[in-house]
Formats: sequence, structure tokens, C-alpha cells
Amino acid sequence: MKVSLKWLRDYVDIKLTPEELAERLTMAGLEVKGIQTMGGTWDNVVIGEVIALNPHPNADRLKLATVDLGTEQVSTVCGAPNIGLGQRVTFARIGARLIDPHTGEAIVLEPAEIRGVASEGMVCSEKELGISDSHEGILVLSPEAPIGTPLGAYLGDVIFDLDVTPNRPDCLSVIGIAREIAALTDEPLRLFPIHYEELEDSIDSFAAVDIADSDLCPRYCASLITGIKLASSPGWLQQRLNSCGMRPINNVVDVTNYVMLEYGQPLHAFDYHKLKGRQIIVRRAGSGETITTLDGSERALTPDILVIADKEEAVAIAGIMGGLDSEVTDKTDAILLESANFNQATIRRDCSHLQVQSEASIRFDKGLNSKLPLIPLKRATQLLLELAGGRAAKGIIDVYPRKSKPKPILLSAQEVKRLSGLKVNIDEILKVLKALGFECQEDDSGSQLSVSVPYWRSDVKCSADLVEEIVRIIGYEKIPITRLGSPLPQQKSKLSPSAQQSNLKEKLRNILAGFGFQEILTYSLVSLEKLQKLSPKLELKISPLKVANPMTREQEYLRTSLRAGLLSTLAHNQKFEQEGIRLFEIGKVFLPQHPPVIASEAKQSQEERELPQEKEMLCAMLSGPRTELSWQADNEPLDFFDAKGVVENLLNQLGLKASFNIGDDEILFPGRGADIIVEDDKVGIVGDVHPMVAQAFELSNAVCFMEVDVEKLLTMITGTKKYQPLSRFPSVTRDIALVIDEQVSYQTVENIIRSFPLVKHVTLFDLYRGEQIPKGKKSFAIRIVYQSPKHTLTDEEVDQTQEQMLSRLHQELGATLRD
Amino acid sequence: MLEQLKDLHAQALDELNKVNNPRELELWRIRHLGKKSSLTKVLRSLATLPLEERRKGGAKANEIKKALESSLEEKEKLLQEALFTSPLESQRLDITLPGRPLPTGRLHPTNQALNEICDVFKNMGFQVIEGPDVEWDYYNFEALNIPQHHPARDMFATLWIDAGLGGKARLLRTHTSPMQIRLMERERPPIRAIVPGRAYRYEATDATHESMFYQVEGLAVDKGITLADLKGTLFDFCRCLFGEERKVRFRCDYFPFVEPGVEVAIGCSACDGAGCRLCSYSGWLEILGAGMVHPDVLARVDIDPELYSGFAFGLGVERIPMLRYGIDDIRLFYSNDLRFLRQF
Ligand SMILES: [Zn+2]
Repeated sequence: MKVSLKWLRDYVDIKLTPEELAERLTMAGLEVKGIQTMGGTWDNVVIGEVIALNPHPNADRLKLATVDLGTEQVSTVCGAPNIGLGQRVTFARIGARLIDPHTGEAIVLEPAEIRGVASEGMVCSEKELGISDSHEGILVLSPEAPIGTPLGAYLGDVIFDLDVTPNRPDCLSVIGIAREIAALTDEPLRLFPIHYEELEDSIDSFAAVDIADSDLCPRYCASLITGIKLASSPGWLQQRLNSCGMRPINNVVDVTNYVMLEYGQPLHAFDYHKLKGRQIIVRRAGSGETITTLDGSERALTPDILVIADKEEAVAIAGIMGGLDSEVTDKTDAILLESANFNQATIRRDCSHLQVQSEASIRFDKGLNSKLPLIPLKRATQLLLELAGGRAAKGIIDVYPRKSKPKPILLSAQEVKRLSGLKVNIDEILKVLKALGFECQEDDSGSQLSVSVPYWRSDVKCSADLVEEIVRIIGYEKIPITRLGSPLPQQKSKLSPSAQQSNLKEKLRNILAGFGFQEILTYSLVSLEKLQKLSPKLELKISPLKVANPMTREQEYLRTSLRAGLLSTLAHNQKFEQEGIRLFEIGKVFLPQHPPVIASEAKQSQEERELPQEKEMLCAMLSGPRTELSWQADNEPLDFFDAKGVVENLLNQLGLKASFNIGDDEILFPGRGADIIVEDDKVGIVGDVHPMVAQAFELSNAVCFMEVDVEKLLTMITGTKKYQPLSRFPSVTRDIALVIDEQVSYQTVENIIRSFPLVKHVTLFDLYRGEQIPKGKKSFAIRIVYQSPKHTLTDEEVDQTQEQMLSRLHQELGATLRD
Repeated sequence: MLEQLKDLHAQALDELNKVNNPRELELWRIRHLGKKSSLTKVLRSLATLPLEERRKGGAKANEIKKALESSLEEKEKLLQEALFTSPLESQRLDITLPGRPLPTGRLHPTNQALNEICDVFKNMGFQVIEGPDVEWDYYNFEALNIPQHHPARDMFATLWIDAGLGGKARLLRTHTSPMQIRLMERERPPIRAIVPGRAYRYEATDATHESMFYQVEGLAVDKGITLADLKGTLFDFCRCLFGEERKVRFRCDYFPFVEPGVEVAIGCSACDGAGCRLCSYSGWLEILGAGMVHPDVLARVDIDPELYSGFAFGLGVERIPMLRYGIDDIRLFYSNDLRFLRQF
């Protein structure tokens, strides 16, 4: 809402500077987004009258204008199509500070010759003066604009741009804002009495109003004026509309807009003679009914849309926009002026249904009080009689089927203290509430107030609302600053599992960052195409949840894994990175179906099960050279065993031991991927990304990948780490080299070695294939550490164990010692 | 005899001073303390002297021998130290060569900020809880005093999962506030929790708007909690994150689910309050919305609003690194360009 300081001063004395006022309003909840000073730069602009217009000798579209500035006459070249003899215009002298209409930048007017004719200055458009963006023609002032007066003295003003919160439709009006200022600055609010002459004939003899759907229209008021003359509004009115960002149209429409800005009540003027049957019916639209609205578009109506109709058809969409057929035109000589109240939700729904908004609808859709319409109607009638002539019919129509009776709210100083921490006495409370228009009655004890809410404050409904009113007017800066003194919540609660999960995630993040992985966070929403590309066959295993109104196709489906986000990030960064890339993300994936309920664990409600399962996953990808290019490092590409090493070390830090089975997840390159098994349960996968998938994401390098179910890990880590006493006895280390068939996996070898109780550690330290061993075989070099918790091992014991071990390895796997 | 010994001592010390390396020192030892040294000769020659002189000379000679031995030890130490303090040329390193590279990992700037935020509130006794991103209209709106057709719905452009289902519709939460309701449904006061998480908006993205962003919701409910406690908690928080010097503004604002409502802004770091583009020429940067939990919200979850009170706040996470590092485009956060992420 834009509001003019000049206009506000009609209702309240303002002693603060515009900046101070803006600060007070902002602190009290009415945020001032901007302050625009109109006329601050107009020192060389004066008001003049066009007294002569001649064609330019060298250009058809230009004119030579002579402008009377009172003390002198100046000549200028003007190309504006709307310049006319006798107009009051703004004349900028050489040296004036203006806005360049093409670049929008500030300029200083310099002497110029236009097509051989010298100009002593120029006649300005609104844009050049910085009033608005209009540059179609020059600004034409009203005929009473005083010639010779500096423009700043006539049009200068300060415009506040306010961000009015949706609870305060009363502040979508000048009086509403003035009332706030009055309360904040301890000044009285000035309202003017409304009075006008009426005809003998009662309005009822001219027109009738019937509210057919009173659930959607609690009140409808109307006045009637005959003998009206349509014309332009006087300059002061046009100026005020302009200052609030509204375009002047004609005196009738301008008055309805002016009073709407003044009081916050939208009004509408119908051409009385175009209302068939001389009657107004407020009803739901019929199916198939249409209306052409003021903006010229024909709109199809449906039965849930509320319309204002005459005897035959809809003449306006209630609270949103008038119809073209009943519009006021220069032939109009009688008008019916509407000031009504409509159901807030209806207006909102109709607006979104019809995809239209208006100055009226943005007020109605915040919820206006049904007591509001009467005074603005009288005010508008008075103004119309003054500005457009004519006579008002006697009385007004006021159909008011649904009167609302608000209950008073009880409030004590104690309650203000309890909620705000601010100690105030009852007198201070009374002063604030009165200034805002609340009526208060003290009870007998003098400790409790019964507060009646003024009709323009329908947002105030309970004592907490009153507390806010008191505190914001006294000032939030006066609230003490204290620390929470209440007891801490219990450590163990139903919330603990969630807290543990977030601890685990933090731990995983830190471990992975420590391993050299960069954390990324990717969008929860992805394109269908990307989800499909995760499968070499372009199939979707899980059908993802779709957003009904996506912003873009790129963000249309909820991710069912973190894979697409990581692969896309890799692809994006490969363009800039020569070094290896290690990325990870920990985040939610969204699975439309929950796992089947196990009866004993049926603690999820139906409501929870209808939401997708949101599962925390960890996903990491590695690609490119293992180390940065360096004078001291190898430049081998990262591979499967880097990814596997990450998995092993990560789980190890959590106190878990992983084993690995051959994996068949479709993102894995067959033969180069594994399932991660902890405690006989699959917790994730690790392996090389299928080259077809990598290719689909336009990745040039091979990608290794790991994925872990964080929630499963959480169930496993609770209490798994236990202290192991340190052995007091020395260990014995032996190295062996085994020659074994290529098909035998290392895991089977290690399993046999580990089955001997004296074996403490097993480390594979070399894998050899080549000339020194037969074809189809490989050689493992393995370090075995033996230790007993009970005694010092003798060489004989170790020899014996190792012999048994080797014979088992030979019998079961065909392994032999390498010579 | 005694004179001769004195001279020997002086000469040996004099020579020792000139010794520069272990080799010279060894030669010196042989010369002055060895079997063929002058001192040994003197000692041997003592045998020919009368008893009294022999005794005197012997004592003196032994004294000098001991003194020389300890001088030798000292010199040895000195040479040893010198060896390590000025190493041999062959062991010298070009210390300007780059070190061996380690892969460096970092947390995403959003999570770095989240960790910082959570730590501050954890220290104040808040538990960290998370909640679902896909929510019911009920939790996201209705239970927070934003029924169907409420004008405040304009404040939350929503991405819907179900279109046109009214209150039974699923959506991507537009803020972390639905967790206020879930928390209070599950727990009785005293409650003190924060909820970090993602929020979503149906919004065209530009330098200051993202369709996805992170928030931290805070909630404290108990007897006797006041707006002053909220002010103190948030001022404490701002001081922890932005330092003691930074100005903090606590002003009235409107959110349907709190009353009284609050907006907290901090002094603009770019212009120091003078007004610039970053702060839309206001000198202030809004960082969070807050307020006292609305009595209707409390009543809805069966917490008696006449007995209990509480505060809630919602904090935009990305704003913090943006303000701190002068990041002028929020879209950088989730486009995950390593050239950006590696700066933090
Ligand atoms: Zn600034």
C-alpha cells in the first residue's frame, strides 16, 4: 500500500521526520519498504500554461510551444501528442534534474537545439519527473494549478510504501494508517463529519436490493444519485490517486477509488439506467452464465461464484470487478453506488478460480467487517455530489441479514506480563487500547478489563491479540531480555530416536569429510528423465511421487535415491575439474510405499502411512585420479577398492564390521559391485557405476559409488562398541605366500585363516599374477598376527597352528605355499 | 713443576677453543689426555721426585686432568649441537616444494551453518528433532491457524502432491513449522526442541529466491515462558553467530500461528546500517520470524493456553552464510559447483 504523507496529515498531526515515522511504523508491525520523496529534485521545474502552439518548421511531429510562467514566457520544442493550448504543464528550465526516460538515469537538463530550433527548457512527462513510468505524453496538470509556482510546492510529497500484513486490511486505507500513527505518536485522530442534502424521494422508490445468498453477502448498502455529470476529477483528487499508484479515470470512478483508499472499503458505481428492473440481486451465478468485465474479457461463471445481478443478468462479479454493460460512461446521468460486504473465503476462491485480482478483491479477501460499508458509502455520496453534481435520493438501502456481534475480550495486566514479560499497569493498557479505538470497561476490582474490539479490527480475537497491541504500541524495544528459566525437558522421550538419527548423520558427515569427500546437497525434486537414466534399461523400479504443480520439469518428482543428484553434480563439475572428485550426500529419499507393517511394531498411524516413507540415505561417488597431480604421487584412477575402503573404514569407525556379497543392483556394473552386509543384513551397495548409466549422465570417467541406508545403521550401532582388554602377552607375526586358483576369492581364504582362534589380525599385503606362477593362478601374500589372551605363544604352537591352517587351505581351496 | 702444569693446562684450553669438529677434538684428546700427552709425561716423571713434591704435583696434575676431561665433555656437547643446528649441505631440503596432497573434504556451507546453529541451541537445552518433508495440509496450514482460503496462504506459495483435495491434501512443507504441531502432539511440556530441515516453495528462482531452502524451527513450551525469554534466546543466538557488536532488531510482525509475532533482523554487514542493495536500503537484514505460540494452536494440541505459554521461531539457514561471506546468489547453494563449495 502506497500512502501520501500529505494525505495522512489530513487526519493526524505528524511531527516526526519521514524516516523517524517509517521506523516507528516498521517496529510496530507496519513495515515501510520504501520512502519516495516526490519533488525533492524539482528545484528548476515550475508550473506554466501553454499559450501558443505552432508547427515546427523542420519536423512534422514536433511543435513549438510558448509557455507562460507568470513572470516570463519561454519557448520550447515538444513532441508529445497530447500537448494542447491552454494546458497547465510542468516546465523544466535548463539545469533541472530529471530522469532520462530511456535509460531511467538521473540527468541534468542542458541547453539544446532540436532540428535547428533552440529550446529554453522542456515540458515534462511523469517519467521525466520521476512520478511514474508514464511517458506517452506530457503531464497535464489540473486547470487550477497555480502558474509560476515551483512544482515541488504544488505536487511535492513523501510517499511511503507499506508492506501490510494479511491480518491488517484496515491498514490498506489512509485512515487506518493514520490511526496507527496517532496511537504511536500520542496524537488525536481527526475524522470529518459527513453531511449532504437529499431529495424528497426515498431511494426505495428508485431501486431495490435483494440478497439471495446471505451466507456469502452479509450486507449490501447502496445510495443513488441522479443528474450526475461525468468529467475529469479535480487536480487534488487526481494527485492523491496518483500518489497511491492509482490512475485517475473520471470523477465517478475516481471518487469510489478515493474513498476505498481513504476507508479501505471498496465501492462500485453502476449506471442506474442500465440496471434492468431497477433492482440488484446478490446471488450465486447460474451455470453457463457469462459476464464481460470492465477489463473487456468475457468470463464464464460457475455456481460457486457470487455475482451482483439485475433482474436479468449478472452486472458485476461481487467484490472483484464490475461488468462492462453497467459501466459508468459519459452518457451516464444517474448512478447506484454499492458499498457491500462479501464473504472473505468466497472472494478468495473466486479470484483464484477466475485468475483475476483487483484493488477491491485484495481488500475483501483479507476479510472486512460488515459494519464498515455505511460510512464510506455516505462519504462517497457526499464527494460525488460535490464533484459531479446531481442529487442524492433520500436515505440509503441497507440490507443487513447477518449482523455480527463480537464478544468482549477479558484482559488483565497480569496476562500482559505473563505473555510478554513486560510489566505494565492498567492505565497504560487503557491508554494504548483507547488510542487504537478499543473500548474498555474495568471490572469492580480494577484488575480486569472487558475490551470491545472496534469493527475495523476483526483480526483481534483473543487476549494474546490484545497483548500484542499493547506491546507493539509501547514498543518491542521496551521488552526485557531474559533467558529461559523453565526446567529442561526430559533427556529420554519419544523424540530421542530422531535426535539419535541426527547425531549419527552429523557423525557420518564428519567422517566422510575427514576421508576427503566434499559434501553436496541436491534438490529433493528431480526430473523423470533423470530417474529413468539411473537404470541401464531406463526402467523405474519404484514409481516416484509426483508434484501436482511443478515449477519446471527438472523438478517434478520426489527423488527415490540420491543417485541422480550425485551423478548430475559429477557431470557438472567434470567440466571444471582435472583432479579426482569425491562427493557425498546424506539426505532423504521418498518412497511412496512404506514397508509392510509387522504386527508387533504397528505404531505408525494410518495418517503417517499415507505419507511417503522418508528414508535417510548416504550416497558417495568417486571419480578421476586418486591423488591430485603432484611431484610426489601416483596418478592412478580411483577404483572399486577406494570405494570399498571408504565403506570398511566408515563402518569400522562406527564399530561395525562389514562383509561383502556379490551385488546385482542395476546401477552397478555387473561383476564389479557388491552388497554391503552387516550383521547378516544388507545395509547398502558399493561398486562401479554401470557405464551405460554413467554415459547417460554424460560422464566421461569411470565412477565408483557407495550407498548406505542410514536408518538401518542406526539400529545396528546402538551399544555395539565395547572395550576390549589389552593383551598382556606378546604377539607373533608370520608372513605366508599362497598360490591359488584365480577363481578362489580372497574372502574364502581369509575366512579359513580367521577360523583359528589364535589369529588376531590378517592382512593381505600383495596380490601377484605373472611369470613366476602358473597361468590361471594368483598369489596372495598374507601377514598373520598370532596372539593369545592367556599366555605367551611358543614358536611350536604357532608352527603347529600354521601347519594345520595350510593343510586346510590346501585341502579346501587347493592352495600351496609359493617357493 | 707446578708452573709447568699450569702452563700445560692453559695451553690445552687455548687449543680446545680452536677445535671446530669432532675429528679435531679427538686429536686434541690424544694430544692432551692420551698416553703420550705432556700431562701423562708429567705424571710419570713424578715418580722421581721427593715424596712431598710428588704428593703436591700428583694432586695438581689429577686436578688438571679432571678439569680437561670435563672441558672435553662440554666441547663435545657443543659440537654435537652445532651438528644438528647447521646440518650438512646434503641433508638440506627445498622447503618451498609443495607438500604431499591429501584429499580435502568439507561440509556443505548450509550444513556448516546448521551445525553452528544447532550447537548454540543444544547448549541452551534444545533437542534436535527432524520431521517429514511431505506433509499434510493440516500440519502445514490448518493446525497453524491457516485454514483453507485464509489470506495468509498468500505468504506460502505451495508445491502440492495432491491437487484440490482441501484439508486432506499432501504437499511439500512450505516451512518447518508443521513440526511444532507434531512435537506438541507427541510430547507434553516442558518442550524445548529445534527442527532443522528442508522447506519448499512454488517460486521462480532468482538471486534471492530458491524453490528449496533450509530452515530451523524452534519451540519452547512450559509454564511462564514469555516474549522476553524469546527475545533473550534470540539475542543470545545472534550474538553467538554474528558477534557482540552486531545490532539486532526485534520488531512486531505477523504470522498466523504466533501472537504476539516477531521479526528479527540484524544490522546489514555490507553497509553497516547505511542502506545498500543487499538490505534493500533499509540497513537491516531479516533473519527470522518468531512469536509466542498462538493460544488456538496450543488448545488444538490439548495444551491449556491459560496455564502454559511458549515461543516458536523459524530461521532461514542460507541467509547466515550469505551474510557472512557476502554471497549474493542463493542459487549457488544447491547447484553444487565445487568451485563454490570448496571456498568454505
Ligand atoms: Zn546494507
